[in-house]
Amino acid sequence: MTSIENKAPRKSLWAKHKIFETNSIILVIGVLLVISVGGLVEIAPLFYLKNTIEKVQGMRPYTPLELAGRGIYVREGCYNCHSQMIRPLRDEIERYGHYSLAAESMYDKPFQWGSKRTGPDLARVGGKYSDEWQRAHLADPRALVPQSIMPGYPFLAKTDLSFNEIADELRANRGGGVPYTDEMIAQAATDLRAQATPEHPKAGELEGRYPKVQARDFDGDPARITEADALIAYLQVLGTLVDFKLYDNKANIR
Amino acid sequence: MATTGNPIRQATTGEIAGMALAAVAFLGLLLIAAKTEHGAYAFHAIVGMAAALGTVFLIANRCFKPDTGPAPQEIDGRPNYNMDPVKFGTIAALFWGIAGFTVGLIIALQLAFPVLNFDLPWINFGRLRPLHTSAVIFAFGGNVLIATSFYVVQRTSRARLAGNLSPWFVVLGYNLFIVIAGTGYLLGITQGKEYAEPEWYADLWLTIVWVTYLLVFMLTLAKRKEPHIYVANWFYLAFIVTIAVLHLGNNLALPVSIFSPKSYIVWSGVQDAMFQWWYGHNAVGFFLTAGFLAIMYYFVPKRANRPVYSYRLSIIHFWALIFIYIWAGPHHLHYTALPDWAQTLGMTFSIMLWMPSWGGMINGIMTLSGAWDKLRTDPVLRLMVVSLAFYGMSTFEGPLMSIKAVNSLSHYTDWTIGHVHSGALGWVAYISFGAIYCLVPWLWNRKELYSLKLVNWHFWVSTLGIVLYISAMWVSGILQGLMWRAYTSLGFLEYSFIETVAAMHPFYVIRALGGALFLAGALIMVFNVWMTIRSGEPESAQDHAPLQPRLVPAE
Repeated sequence: MTSIENKAPRKSLWAKHKIFETNSIILVIGVLLVISVGGLVEIAPLFYLKNTIEKVQGMRPYTPLELAGRGIYVREGCYNCHSQMIRPLRDEIERYGHYSLAAESMYDKPFQWGSKRTGPDLARVGGKYSDEWQRAHLADPRALVPQSIMPGYPFLAKTDLSFNEIADELRANRGGGVPYTDEMIAQAATDLRAQATPEHPKAGELEGRYPKVQARDFDGDPARITEADALIAYLQVLGTLVDFKLYDNKANIR
Repeated sequence: MATTGNPIRQATTGEIAGMALAAVAFLGLLLIAAKTEHGAYAFHAIVGMAAALGTVFLIANRCFKPDTGPAPQEIDGRPNYNMDPVKFGTIAALFWGIAGFTVGLIIALQLAFPVLNFDLPWINFGRLRPLHTSAVIFAFGGNVLIATSFYVVQRTSRARLAGNLSPWFVVLGYNLFIVIAGTGYLLGITQGKEYAEPEWYADLWLTIVWVTYLLVFMLTLAKRKEPHIYVANWFYLAFIVTIAVLHLGNNLALPVSIFSPKSYIVWSGVQDAMFQWWYGHNAVGFFLTAGFLAIMYYFVPKRANRPVYSYRLSIIHFWALIFIYIWAGPHHLHYTALPDWAQTLGMTFSIMLWMPSWGGMINGIMTLSGAWDKLRTDPVLRLMVVSLAFYGMSTFEGPLMSIKAVNSLSHYTDWTIGHVHSGALGWVAYISFGAIYCLVPWLWNRKELYSLKLVNWHFWVSTLGIVLYISAMWVSGILQGLMWRAYTSLGFLEYSFIETVAAMHPFYVIRALGGALFLAGALIMVFNVWMTIRSGEPESAQDHAPLQPRLVPAE
């Protein structure tokens, strides 16, 4: 609507802007260059700066059952109300435990740090409550916590877990850098059953592939492997893999 | 088939190619529907097949109508504008707006009264919340952006929209994406990244639609009769190009298999978090800001009948805005495991972002210089000016909240929700309502809206709603943040988490009330628009074919 010819003296910077206003290709290239800078500077170094992800002991990929449970967690949109990221602030550390490390979510696809705490942080919920508590709480949160505003998920314990594609799921994770071995992928379905079935003949092999694995019947119904089995197995592993008695944060100053 | 039957005219190459592609897609989708073991995925394949079939039918049908062939670029020396896709987008925006606001009200009520989740999977809060955000941002906002951009680029270029089928492909294809994404959430298909929940196949489809959108827009610019590209189009172009880049970066995922709806993102953990908020914050910056600033740059001067306040300010704030916005993402990750240097960069640029944001606001508001009196008489202009005031307010609040000390309190609380809604309801929705109120009489050749009085009602009812909403969220957010960090005199945490949840209840009720008022206002608008199209007085006695509102949005 306004025109620059009358206003700007010749060769001023304003006049030079004409090239963008008269050539859509140059305008697009200009936009692309300008928007690339910030992203490149902030994202690219995260892939090569060594101190981005701390060196820790104990991190391993999720077991097939935990991964399936994580899928349920994502499917139901738990991340809309629960964060998994404890900030290094006094009250958070006292409420939830040691602040979260980048290493603790290094195998998380996608990350589930969240952005809202309508419910409490879950980064270290593993082991805080019994399976039985988790089961009852998922089915009817207000039966245990009267003021809770969490939806009830009674259908999880009634739905058989579908895991026909679990090996492909591990493979897709490996494609994105999660160190699943060929053996883990080949045994994925067996491992999944073994973790949720206490007397499973292959249960003994789990610990070798997935250190610190918790194998038991999570949903209280040994006859079936349900979505509740998977989700509770996932909740019970959260924040338990790194032993903070052994973690030395000074060692990561590089 | 249409070419060999008994058509009135020969199908064009583009029409044949379109039908062939749709037929191929149909067969591919049939294979997927037959082989997948996921019911919801099969349902999506069937929706896709129906769309492909519909495409073949609609294109073939064109060949039997003599007047739907390649339209002339000009009639009597005046550009022959292609406004039908714009009309479709406008109506679709209204439809999705009502849908999105309604779902928002439902989830607000669920937070106040959790029994409303009914213990069901399909309508629990976790699945409905992405439906709400996607419906308002991408379905309502997206249709407003596509419709207005197609209108503005034609008018300011004095050229017909490029392509015959492609503009339709863009609007219909985009709405198909919305249907796939939205039904997917309800059925449990999500990749679990905020504001980027659609799974890999919906993302691929959106990529195709979006590239076509860019091409239509660029090729229309290339045909322009005006020497300069109008400033609104710079913003539209930046919005289209940048959203494409963000979409690709944040959605690089490996599908579990072609027969599974599930995928895993190639990024992990901290890098994924950075990608996510680079995307997430710039969905705000480029979808909800640059795109709607483009609307401001066309509709505010048009409605006020004044030139844009400052040409130089528009240059400065355009380049500054798009340069600085991209850096702001890490402020969503303060005090997390993201390295400190990235957080500090994000905070620094977020504070700097205040300036170009206010540059845009000033340029818009000052455009009213010499026409301030119109605020008294024109409620549509008032809507747009108030939207700029909200824009100014939330772009001041944003930099404030990006300061780490403030963020340590505000993050994870409802303060963020209040901030988002002052921007989304006050700025994005109000400038959209203003644009729709302008567009409808222009598109349907009506003298004026059915009722300016109803616009006034809409304005006051929804403004009251916004005020209730954001003040409830400010109080609840700051209250909860303070309760979380409160200590007793003995040095213990004063409140358990659940006590802070219980304290939120009254504010959640007030918020739902605010949302209900906002929805009521939007319903008034729909009635007003409907009556304008149905019974408004035609603009002139010229030989305009009576245009019926025969376009209804896809369900």
